[in-house]
Amino acid sequence: MHMADALITPLVGGVMYIAAAKVGNDSINRIKSDMDDTKIPMMGVMGAFIFATQMINFTIPGTGSSGHLGGGMLLAAILGPYAGFLAMAAVLTIQALFFADGGLLALGCNIFNMGFYTCFIAYPFIYKRILTKGYSTIRITWASMLASIVGLQLGAFSVVVQTMLSGKLELPFTTFLLLMQSIHLAIGVVEGLITAAVINFIWKARPELIEGSGGSKTTGGNVPFKRILLSLIIAALVIGGILSWYASGNPDGLEWSLQNSAGQGELKQGSELSQMLSAIQNKLAILPHYSFKSGAEAPKQAGTSISGVVGSAITLFLAACVGIIIKVLTKKKNR
Amino acid sequence: MVDITKAYYKIFILDELAEKKTAIHRTNPVVKLVVTFIYLLVVVSYDKYDISGLLPMLFYPVIIMTVGDISLKPILVGLAIAAPLVIGVGIFNPFLDRAIVVAIGGIGISAGMLSFASLLIKCGLTVTAALLLLATTGMNKIAAALQRLHVPQIFIIQLLLTYRYISVLMGETSRVYNAYTIRAPYKKGISRNVWGSLIGLLLLRTYDRALRLYQAMKLRGFQDQYYGVNLDKLNKIDIIYLLGWTAFLLVAKFNDIPMLLGLLVTKVIK
Repeated sequence: MHMADALITPLVGGVMYIAAAKVGNDSINRIKSDMDDTKIPMMGVMGAFIFATQMINFTIPGTGSSGHLGGGMLLAAILGPYAGFLAMAAVLTIQALFFADGGLLALGCNIFNMGFYTCFIAYPFIYKRILTKGYSTIRITWASMLASIVGLQLGAFSVVVQTMLSGKLELPFTTFLLLMQSIHLAIGVVEGLITAAVINFIWKARPELIEGSGGSKTTGGNVPFKRILLSLIIAALVIGGILSWYASGNPDGLEWSLQNSAGQGELKQGSELSQMLSAIQNKLAILPHYSFKSGAEAPKQAGTSISGVVGSAITLFLAACVGIIIKVLTKKKNR
Repeated sequence: MVDITKAYYKIFILDELAEKKTAIHRTNPVVKLVVTFIYLLVVVSYDKYDISGLLPMLFYPVIIMTVGDISLKPILVGLAIAAPLVIGVGIFNPFLDRAIVVAIGGIGISAGMLSFASLLIKCGLTVTAALLLLATTGMNKIAAALQRLHVPQIFIIQLLLTYRYISVLMGETSRVYNAYTIRAPYKKGISRNVWGSLIGLLLLRTYDRALRLYQAMKLRGFQDQYYGVNLDKLNKIDIIYLLGWTAFLLVAKFNDIPMLLGLLVTKVIK
């Protein structure tokens, strides 16, 4: 489920950062008054726990991939949605720093995908609804199961949309979608079972620790839906609006690489808008359609690709040399 | 289970590396955080078929690793964790995008192969950059940098407590596991019937321990504020570090340096 930096564009990453920061900020404002001496360590412990469970990957047969628990539902159930979301954000930040599992740039995407849907959609609209009549083992099991599955399905869908908007994969949308949704259905069932088992145990042993059960304050049920919906709509508009503009503005990605790698001419531009944008882009670019040595003829196909390969080899060689020289110099200095 | 605990501790080696005293380690954490983000932005903004243009980006990790005296091993461990997803979804590119764009020595290279290779390089570079930030800065200084950048206190405390409690949880995990194995001899693994209660118990034990830790902190004057590290003001070297890397990254982004080098060499040979 962790989105990688390599799979997204700066724009998608940036927009999702803003969305996650907005939800995070709202959550902080909501829990400020609710923070007591038991909540803070509980948030830390739950964060550490989810961190550990996310590290345990189980293989998903037939896909060559593996899955791990998301844990958002468990966080929301025990801490409430706001503290749960923040705990998830902290977990993902630590993972991004320590393992680069889900990169720093994709952190916004990951916080949103794993924290938002579970804490602000699945928790109030499924988990809480099922438990309105009170807690019981069966109700907790059903609530955890359904909420975990829905939370993960939404998160997986979000991953597919973000990846597709970034356009770095050739995988067709529907194939990727089916793959992700089915894998996360399996993970959702396992997650639901474990979430249910843990919540049931804690509910029986220490009911006061579960948010909203057994007389403690209920901050979780009354999620301001309008506000969340508004955040979602704004995020969707920003992504949809800017990205479609951005996407049509840069149809020359392939053309650019074809030109560099094979010396082929420009592909025809799609629309008037894209032609206009590429004209602007050419003016803005530091070296538009540069050619080495001014006035030199456009390099021939073979020449260009050989130059590319030779140049790449030199760059790699130089990078290695820089490394070795610094190493030798620092060793001498240490002596 | 004991092995898992060991593995976790091994991974935290990156934070220990941050105790070193090299020039990179001494650089202001805020500057390092900002440079890392600029680097990540530049790397992922390369075109999906670009390979040669990306190669100069290698200078950053090479220089940070050598000057910062960070060994390759922990970085490779991190790569092994992060790469499978990118490989898993990117592997389809060569099969789906088959248009041949270039032939080297009679072997046709398809656009999909180029984009897959580019994706792998980007993955390697971004993962390495994130890990190097931690290995040269450390968790406490990153938290201090976040504070300087006005990230809310509650989030920073949450970040540090989560980090602190991971080792508490690991300690409790190995104790619970040991207790279970001693009471259940000749059994392989943990019976599925007790998974839920064992995990629940583990959580409660960890929580109780964490609560004691937190109360001890409170008694010593902790006010839910992070005071950990005082960051110095930016000095000349920090500013040179920031401007130097930014300039290099932008020049490398907007000029295909390997291509220019290649053209220069091939022209000279001719």
